[in-house]
Amino acid sequence: MNEIAPTHVTETAMPDVARVAECATSPDPGTEPALCARAPIGMLCELTHRCPLQCPYCSNPVELERANAELTTAEWQDVMRQAASLGVLQIHLSGGEPTARKDLEDIVRVAADVGLYTNLITAGVTLTRERLAKLVEVGLDHVQLSVQDVDPENADRIAAYKGGMAKKIQVAGWVKENGLPLTINCPIHRQNIHNVPRMIEFAVEMGAGRVEIAHVQYYAWALINRASLMPTREAFMTAAKQVEEAREKYKGVIVIDAIVPDYYAKFPKPCMGGWARGIVNITPSGRVLPCHAAESIKGLPFDNIKDRPLADIWLNGEAFQKYRGTSWMKEPCRSCPRKEIDYGGCRCQAFALTGDAANTDPACSLSPMHAQWQAVAEVESHTPNAPEFIYRRVGGATKKPEAHNAS
Amino acid sequence: MSEPTAPKPAPTRLIVTGETKLVMPRHNKLRHDAGRGRWIILAPERVFNPDDTAVEVLKRCDGQRSVSEIAEALSQEYQAPLDVVTTDILEMLQDLTDKGVLIKAP
Ligand code: SF4
Ligand code: SF4
Repeated sequence: MNEIAPTHVTETAMPDVARVAECATSPDPGTEPALCARAPIGMLCELTHRCPLQCPYCSNPVELERANAELTTAEWQDVMRQAASLGVLQIHLSGGEPTARKDLEDIVRVAADVGLYTNLITAGVTLTRERLAKLVEVGLDHVQLSVQDVDPENADRIAAYKGGMAKKIQVAGWVKENGLPLTINCPIHRQNIHNVPRMIEFAVEMGAGRVEIAHVQYYAWALINRASLMPTREAFMTAAKQVEEAREKYKGVIVIDAIVPDYYAKFPKPCMGGWARGIVNITPSGRVLPCHAAESIKGLPFDNIKDRPLADIWLNGEAFQKYRGTSWMKEPCRSCPRKEIDYGGCRCQAFALTGDAANTDPACSLSPMHAQWQAVAEVESHTPNAPEFIYRRVGGATKKPEAHNAS
Repeated sequence: MSEPTAPKPAPTRLIVTGETKLVMPRHNKLRHDAGRGRWIILAPERVFNPDDTAVEVLKRCDGQRSVSEIAEALSQEYQAPLDVVTTDILEMLQDLTDKGVLIKAP
């Protein structure tokens, strides 16, 4: 990805959030580390874990938070005010499905009033034309619409939701008629990777200024479903080539951001642009996390926005301090020249696969676990029949896999 | 795949020349970030950090002035050779246009 524009303008990509667990593509939010270390530039707000879709790679935790635990309107509005005074620049309203909150307009209004750049991350299926117009009126800046596949039947099957595609086409049209910029987000995996070029074409047709070819990251639900989702290395290489070709073809027409699957990379991504460095995540019930998957690290204590100011949590919260910077690192990271580039990769992945979040992410070729970990991808991606999906729903992870047909 | 809409012309890349008049669409926001003491452009899923020169150029991209006019004004103001300024800002503006930060004035 091209991070630096010629000479005069540098660029910081936000981590692509919600749908797929994600990491910042450019680690440095600015020129003055002393200041930038102090405030996050982006805040991910998981407004709710409710969602009409059931994507088997959902980045929400396997233990979904219930509706009755969600922050109130006033509490979210207060979060917005606190974020702006702390120095947050952009907020990403996600979920679950953020439009499931009836008070979304009231939250966006306050966010826009305090000067935050507002990004709505939605699957679109429950949005109406009136509602979107209202959101734009109160200050919404950008819409990111997820597309499960360009083949409508396959999309329905992946999300366990019927008729999603037609609705998404409508929503894209409404976004454009309101003069808003549109991003199409395509989570990529074994069961739709063959359609990458068509997804990019689809985004161009929809008038999107940006498309994310976002390979699924294997945390949370995606980890449970890894054997159904992991593409082969060959399929991944083909898709990567197709993305390069499309970038040439559509230069100046659409920006294509590609998120590489860890399993096929040599070095890990700077997850979240570095732990507690540029991004803060708030769960539906108000837990403040350095990354949306952080709760998977057992024993790490998290503060709630109801008990402690955002700035204090960000600066001093135990979970934030624990893996901030580089002093917590062990070998091989500790003496590695890349440690300020990738910050040792993803803490959640390190924890999930090694039992200690301070270990090097096994995605790194220098990790002692790397070979073993890659072998898993090799084997799983080549199984002749992908196992049935375990769909994302409350209690779903403990149930038996479902039949492939959408409900 | 697209539904009821009449066939639209395929979007094409805008090539920036001296005559082009550029403007920042309303969803991109050039603003001063007081907390960090720098200028920023807020854009979809991106924050751009323009340096002082870029800020001077961007402030002049008002949809009225052409790239040549902007280059001339800056070359006089900063007493820099016009051809150097022109090459420099054309390259920058093409890149920002490719990234959707600027668009052709309607
Ligand atoms: S189920 Fe799908 S649409 Fe719903 S939050 Fe998860 S990834 Fe997004
Ligand atoms: S050893 Fe650690 S710091 Fe070095 S490349 Fe691997 S993950 Fe990054």
